Amino acid sequence: MRHGVSDRGVGISSLWRDVTKRKYTIQVLVLIGIVVFLALMINIASNSLEKQNIASGFGFLEQEAAFEIGETLTEYSAESTFGEALLAGLLNTLLVALLGNFLAVIWGTLVGITSLSHNLLLVRLARIYVDTLRNIPLLLQLFFWYALITEFLPAIRNALNPLPNVYFSQRGLFFPIPEWSATYWGALLALFLGGIASVFLYRWQNLRQQRTGQLFPFYRIAAALLLVPPSLVWLLGGAPVELDVPVLQGFNFEGGLALTPEFSALLLGLVLYTGAFNAEIVRSGIESVKKGQKEAALSLGLSRSQVLRLVMLPQAVRVIIPPLTSQMLNLTKNSSLAVAIGYPDLVNVANTSMNQTGQAIECIVVIVAVYLSFSLMTSAFMNWYNHMTRLVER
Amino acid sequence: MIDLPRNRIWLWLKKNFFSSPFNIVLTLLLMYVAAKLLWNFVDWAVLQAIWNGDANTCRQSDGACWAYVREKARYVLFGHYPYEEQWRPQLFVTIFFLLSLLTQFKRFWSKYLTAAWVVLPLGAALLMWGGFFGLTRVEMEEWGGLPLTLALAFLGISASYPIGIVLALARRSEMPVIRSLSVIYIEVIRGVPLISLLFMAAVMFPLFLPEGVTISKVLRAQVAIIMFASAYMAEVVRGGLQSLSKGQYEAADAIGLSYTKKMMFVVLPQALKAVIAPTVNTFIGLFKDTSLVFIISLSDMMFTTQASLQDADWLGFTIEGYIFAALIYFIFCYFISFSSSRLERELKV
Repeated sequence: MRHGVSDRGVGISSLWRDVTKRKYTIQVLVLIGIVVFLALMINIASNSLEKQNIASGFGFLEQEAAFEIGETLTEYSAESTFGEALLAGLLNTLLVALLGNFLAVIWGTLVGITSLSHNLLLVRLARIYVDTLRNIPLLLQLFFWYALITEFLPAIRNALNPLPNVYFSQRGLFFPIPEWSATYWGALLALFLGGIASVFLYRWQNLRQQRTGQLFPFYRIAAALLLVPPSLVWLLGGAPVELDVPVLQGFNFEGGLALTPEFSALLLGLVLYTGAFNAEIVRSGIESVKKGQKEAALSLGLSRSQVLRLVMLPQAVRVIIPPLTSQMLNLTKNSSLAVAIGYPDLVNVANTSMNQTGQAIECIVVIVAVYLSFSLMTSAFMNWYNHMTRLVER
Repeated sequence: MIDLPRNRIWLWLKKNFFSSPFNIVLTLLLMYVAAKLLWNFVDWAVLQAIWNGDANTCRQSDGACWAYVREKARYVLFGHYPYEEQWRPQLFVTIFFLLSLLTQFKRFWSKYLTAAWVVLPLGAALLMWGGFFGLTRVEMEEWGGLPLTLALAFLGISASYPIGIVLALARRSEMPVIRSLSVIYIEVIRGVPLISLLFMAAVMFPLFLPEGVTISKVLRAQVAIIMFASAYMAEVVRGGLQSLSKGQYEAADAIGLSYTKKMMFVVLPQALKAVIAPTVNTFIGLFKDTSLVFIISLSDMMFTTQASLQDADWLGFTIEGYIFAALIYFIFCYFISFSSSRLERELKV
């Protein structure tokens, strides 16, 4: 870069007048400003903590928490430590996030495809669903579902019985689950091995097709690989069919799978809300594939299913995945609204710990660290994905 | 084929509802389900509903209790603001609404309208506070309901938009220090839930104030909302900046515009126009997110809705209460998204 002499100035004033030097001056000044600001903040904070007699640091994680948590995946009691309480909260957050995202993606895809159907009535109904849920705060929706379960479902003795052994009551939703036995572990193992075998089969048939042009009935064989071995293991294991059924005992159901009202309302609310956003993403993703692509593929003589599988979907998925991932992250962050309806997720437990110990800074640091690592992992995945699916231009 | 109007209707019906045997079955099934749901809803919400009366009249009916909404609407909308003085927030909400309506039409755009929008927050605050011209003084702690929700959203939007633009420009700056600071800020804020920022504002922020200095909780929550929305705004604006072709920047440089002029007159007008739709989505998100201040017990409309449900005389009308609140949130969000599509047409994007 060349500058006129008048731009340069001399001595001290050149730090501002000279365009290249000015950039450094600005950056140094900003850095100094931030360091001074942070030092001031830390100073003030440590003073006020001292005044309130709050010991800073994470020592409190070892102390006894002395509060109960409604539902946990790990062993937890009031005698456990704050560390264990926060861990239980983290696991609850993970449970809701994983299950919620799984269901919200499936539900969103279904609704998204529905809005492209040839049936106008179906399209309009999907539109109404999407427009309504997207324009109402999630918090309000969670309250609504929670009230619907706790106030409008019948008491435990008159629980609704929509399907055999399924009960809906204001104390929660109860489902039968298979009595767990070693055979199921075997079947799962067989399914896993079948999955690995299908991956290798897919690669092999791809290479073979590129070499010889011969088609291979991959999907049928893969389906067989995934279904037959687990069924065989199950049959050989004596075909266990016993169900663990919820039974009314005293004031509550025993056995089966029990979902608390808090968990059910949170899951339902998150899935329906995020599902509406996912549906829009899926719809616009599929619409973004140009009509010419479909017509070109059809005129090449590909079958309808091949057009969908090999031409439409790969292009739609490239558009869909990035915003879908950010919606998945949104669902995870929104699961923190659990605190309002009393599901013990990480934020809820951290909030209780904060109130009990006064260690606000530490508890918030824990929350921030956990959610930040979620989002960093997600963006790492996104970068990898964008790299894998970038268009290679010749 | 003769193009009779009746024929056209039949063709339209056939194309959209009865194009195949599967579609015929689907249409009939959906019509049955939709009609049944609609009937149940109308039966509950209109035919058997109670519009006047008290809780006991309501409990004797199977329908909705709109009498509850009539009883509680004032509280839900205006919170603990003194009852006789509620014309003040009412006036504020009305002016706010009229201004938004006027802004819809390009022919009303003028200096005066801009001035009105600038004066509005200040004027509204003075009106709500009172303490002059014989208006009684109403402390901020008593404000609540819709005006608080609107104020949080309006100030949130008007502050986070410029801050977001600055952050986006900083993220694309040539200076590594400025760029990394901006990236860190944006990614950290976007990585955490709003509720954690609100907790910070409620519990942690006071620790960082020198002794004797206090800032009201409403203001702290407002700052948290602005900080949160700015990061999202920045990403939207960055999308707009990236969508601009390099030639625009180079042309502006070539005619010797300074950085400020280049951004003000060449880059930003085009970039911001390109991202109207996602910008408005962020605004709608912000409007809905203001309901989270309920969790740190500020008396916004979410809070007054919940509080009105606790009235011992009127227990059990939860659904009616939520429907009322949902309707108000929905109207505002729908209005925002409706005006954005108008704006896009007016500016011919």
